[in-house]
Amino acid sequence: MTNYMDSRYHVDMKIYLPNSAFLGNIDPFLRHYDTSSPDVLEISANNKWISVHPVVLSLIAALGLTIKQENIQHEKFEARSKHYLMRMGLFKILKIASDITITEHEPAGRFIPLTQIRTSDELTKFITEMIPLLHLKPEQANTIGYIVSELVRNVIEHAKALNGAIICAQYYKKSNSIRIGIADTGVGIKYTINQSHPAETDLEAIQLALRPGITGTTRKEGGTEQNAGAGLFFIKSIASVNRDFFIIYSGNGFYKLLKKQSTIQKLQLNSNPFKDRHSKNNALPFWKGTVVGVDITLDQTKEFSILLKAIREIYSKDIEDRRKARYKKPQFA
Amino acid sequence: MKQIDIFDKAGEFAENKDVARDIRVDEIIPALERNEKVILNFEHVGAATQSFIHALISDVLRKYGIDVLDHIIFKSCNETIKEIINIVVEYMQEGIGN
Repeated sequence: MTNYMDSRYHVDMKIYLPNSAFLGNIDPFLRHYDTSSPDVLEISANNKWISVHPVVLSLIAALGLTIKQENIQHEKFEARSKHYLMRMGLFKILKIASDITITEHEPAGRFIPLTQIRTSDELTKFITEMIPLLHLKPEQANTIGYIVSELVRNVIEHAKALNGAIICAQYYKKSNSIRIGIADTGVGIKYTINQSHPAETDLEAIQLALRPGITGTTRKEGGTEQNAGAGLFFIKSIASVNRDFFIIYSGNGFYKLLKKQSTIQKLQLNSNPFKDRHSKNNALPFWKGTVVGVDITLDQTKEFSILLKAIREIYSKDIEDRRKARYKKPQFA
Repeated sequence: MKQIDIFDKAGEFAENKDVARDIRVDEIIPALERNEKVILNFEHVGAATQSFIHALISDVLRKYGIDVLDHIIFKSCNETIKEIINIVVEYMQEGIGN
């Protein structure tokens, strides 16, 4: 365990913040950060404009927290939108100096700055105190709270991440959507899933983790008394029915749920994430831990109880299919 | 008859699995052991996660079998919470015995 962690731990990152990196076009950003030299984080950015999804900030902050403060370097940011990094608390969470100042008349918008969550009680406090900063209607707040709770609890319970979960979120007025990013530098999905299920690659592990009822804590259907293995499936389902993006990145593996075509009206869920419209990659730079990004478009948010009815149907069917797949077959001569 | 008010322990958004485990271990199971009926009262609870409901009842279903549902009443649940309880009860029934 220690060797596994250490061998992946000492990597240096050179990160370039592009002018745009959202879930739809995040792939080049993830493909191109440089992990070549040890123990230093160098951050540079587009000098005209920086516009990035919260998941990019969560990823950088999570990485930065694994590196000594004095070994985090960043160039002087020139982009007009550089204040966003300050607003979201990137320099504060990494405890590094910045010459960026924010003047009072600049609108703060609706956002949750980078926050580190390490315990169950910190998570409950975060949901109670921070989600209201997004000023959502009760039904919408419940959906966002649901996503945050399930994702962060996964980190607290399974990731063995010293720094816990790093999370931030932002409301986007133009698209009327909430975008959330969560990152950890723990053991990653493959390590967790492999405790109970064989998965050769990070991508296979991600595929298993997204299926309902598959958990690293047991092979038993129904899970353990504390884990069912359904959290990620629920979140992918929420994104899927709302035609939103959802990404999950762990080790070398990357899965992206793509937006459904708007012509498809039927509420259709798949237990196998590879049957959804998606893209995948099993050769990204190694991320030691797990990164999740999700977009939730608020005016498309289906009533949660309708979504749950669909989840109930697909969930039971998937367990039944898995059980049937284990049936012994008669031998005929 | 033992009534457990979920709102008092888990708040308006029931998501803390540690709280759910404490309710299960300290209140639900001892009441069932005393052959008491258990009322899980969800009044004022606006939402609950599947993980919370799983931590609350899955082990009870596994330990005592599905007939234990004759001894548990889920009170004042909104549609969302009802649906989540249905999901957990169904997948536990599918999975019991495997």
